[in-house]
Amino acid sequence: MNFFILSLIKSAVVAFVLMTTLAYLQWIERKVIAHIQLRVGPRRVGPHGLLQPLADVIKLLTKEDILPSHVNTFFYFLAPFIAVFFALISISVIPFGTDINIGPIHTAMQLTDLNIGVLFVLGLSGMGVYGVALAGWASNNKYSLMGGLRSSAQMISYELPMALAIAAPLLMLNTLSFRELVNAQAGYYLGFIPRWSIFQGPLPQVFSFILFVIAAFAETNRVPFDLPEAENELVAGFHTEYSSMKFAAFFMAEYANMITVSCVATLLFLGGWQPLFPVEYGSSFVPSVIFVLGGLLCLYHGFNPARPLDRITLPVAGVVFIGVAGAFVAPVIGPVLLPLFWFASKVGVILFLFIWIRGTLPRFRYDQLMSFAWTFMFPVAVVNLLVTGLLVALTSK
Amino acid sequence: MDAILFLLFAAIAVISAINLVLQTHPISSALSLIGVMGALAALYLLLGGEFIAAAQLIVYAGAIMVLFVFVIMLLNAGAEVKIRRGPWVKFFGIPLLVAFLGLIGYILQNLFPASEGVQFGGFTHGTALDIGRLLFTSYLLPFEVTSVLILVALVGAIVLARKEID
Repeated sequence: MNFFILSLIKSAVVAFVLMTTLAYLQWIERKVIAHIQLRVGPRRVGPHGLLQPLADVIKLLTKEDILPSHVNTFFYFLAPFIAVFFALISISVIPFGTDINIGPIHTAMQLTDLNIGVLFVLGLSGMGVYGVALAGWASNNKYSLMGGLRSSAQMISYELPMALAIAAPLLMLNTLSFRELVNAQAGYYLGFIPRWSIFQGPLPQVFSFILFVIAAFAETNRVPFDLPEAENELVAGFHTEYSSMKFAAFFMAEYANMITVSCVATLLFLGGWQPLFPVEYGSSFVPSVIFVLGGLLCLYHGFNPARPLDRITLPVAGVVFIGVAGAFVAPVIGPVLLPLFWFASKVGVILFLFIWIRGTLPRFRYDQLMSFAWTFMFPVAVVNLLVTGLLVALTSK
Repeated sequence: MDAILFLLFAAIAVISAINLVLQTHPISSALSLIGVMGALAALYLLLGGEFIAAAQLIVYAGAIMVLFVFVIMLLNAGAEVKIRRGPWVKFFGIPLLVAFLGLIGYILQNLFPASEGVQFGGFTHGTALDIGRLLFTSYLLPFEVTSVLILVALVGAIVLARKEID
């Protein structure tokens, strides 16, 4: 098929999936935080609150779009545009799976494989700082300015340990392209330990992974580093003066950044779409087993429902899960869905970590946050890089 | 296709640069400079210098310009006041500028004949591997000296800008 048309179709699919994931990531976050706090979360709009993101989108679209008279109009409109643009465009270099063949079409599950993919994502996350800084400044409001400046200072301070933490596994894996990175993490040690970057080579990159995850929390302004948008300190920080769709744009940018850094962490450290144990030991059946168990659980609870509506929704969910389990062992779409399952489940684990920590930890004070970056994380990242480089140099041919 | 992309990004760079000079508010000028840096990164990419393009985006547009923007925001620099210029400037300004640019174009065209034009995609040694190898073998001394120079500049800026503690 023509390259342009194929790329357009792939971009449309990826954009649609990304937007749906953004919306349902918010649902998952509300439910998980609710259960951490011993409550239930949204359950009125649709079964188990599943239509809550739709209701939120409709609410945000139909809210009154206020343009305060005291703002700098051009930058006020430019800031959410910049934030969303750079957040959404980073997904174009993330590979979701291996090469696939759908009928006559042979294509990769990735929009484009740049051979400087890692640098591209780093550069775009650096450019995302402008959205926040301009939003804080253009709002012409001291709380927004303080929130915007604090947030941008935090983001650029944590870019440094993040880049150093990324450099360490790159020394071992020897490439900057994401697809090559995952291919370099294929194979197994001793027949069953996967050669992911956190288990690999002269130095297992566990410290780099932890440093990267902590820096990712700071880059995306998530708890415990979310003082710039804390409600009780700064009204709402840099997005105080924004309403309706522009606020939704900042919201979308935050969740899209979360998804992007989780994908980058998966590709660099957790082996992308490489399975946890070899295919000979049955790793192709793991998604089917998980979905069948989930379906049976839903069916069981459907016959002893806690609430009257569950008598209908839970058996339906059970049947759907068992259907999905069947799709994973189907002949044609099974090999396409399998790497996608491994990739999505690893990204899901890291996103669950983001949400779990949000429900658990208090937030840092701003000076604690900045001194943590410069006096602790930066030296640790440098030492980690030095030790990795030394071991790679000593063990290479 | 390469020629169209080149003309597009070159036009973005030139228009952003002209906008940089014509804007009255410093933040608008800073954003125009970011536009110039981004267009330059795209031009480097067209020429085959992919690592340099990424480095331009990360270092110049993503860090240095952020500091520019911070300083402008913290100093609360407002829009400039336009001063009245005399009639000589208005009458002779643009024609002299056009003549100057024409002269430079003529000289450049004589120095670099059209047959030695740039081949887009002809340069393939711009990868991180090649640059890394060169930096650590042939150009090791300039690399180390440059890092020491940047450190000296950093320390000097901090010393010059601190307040005297009495």
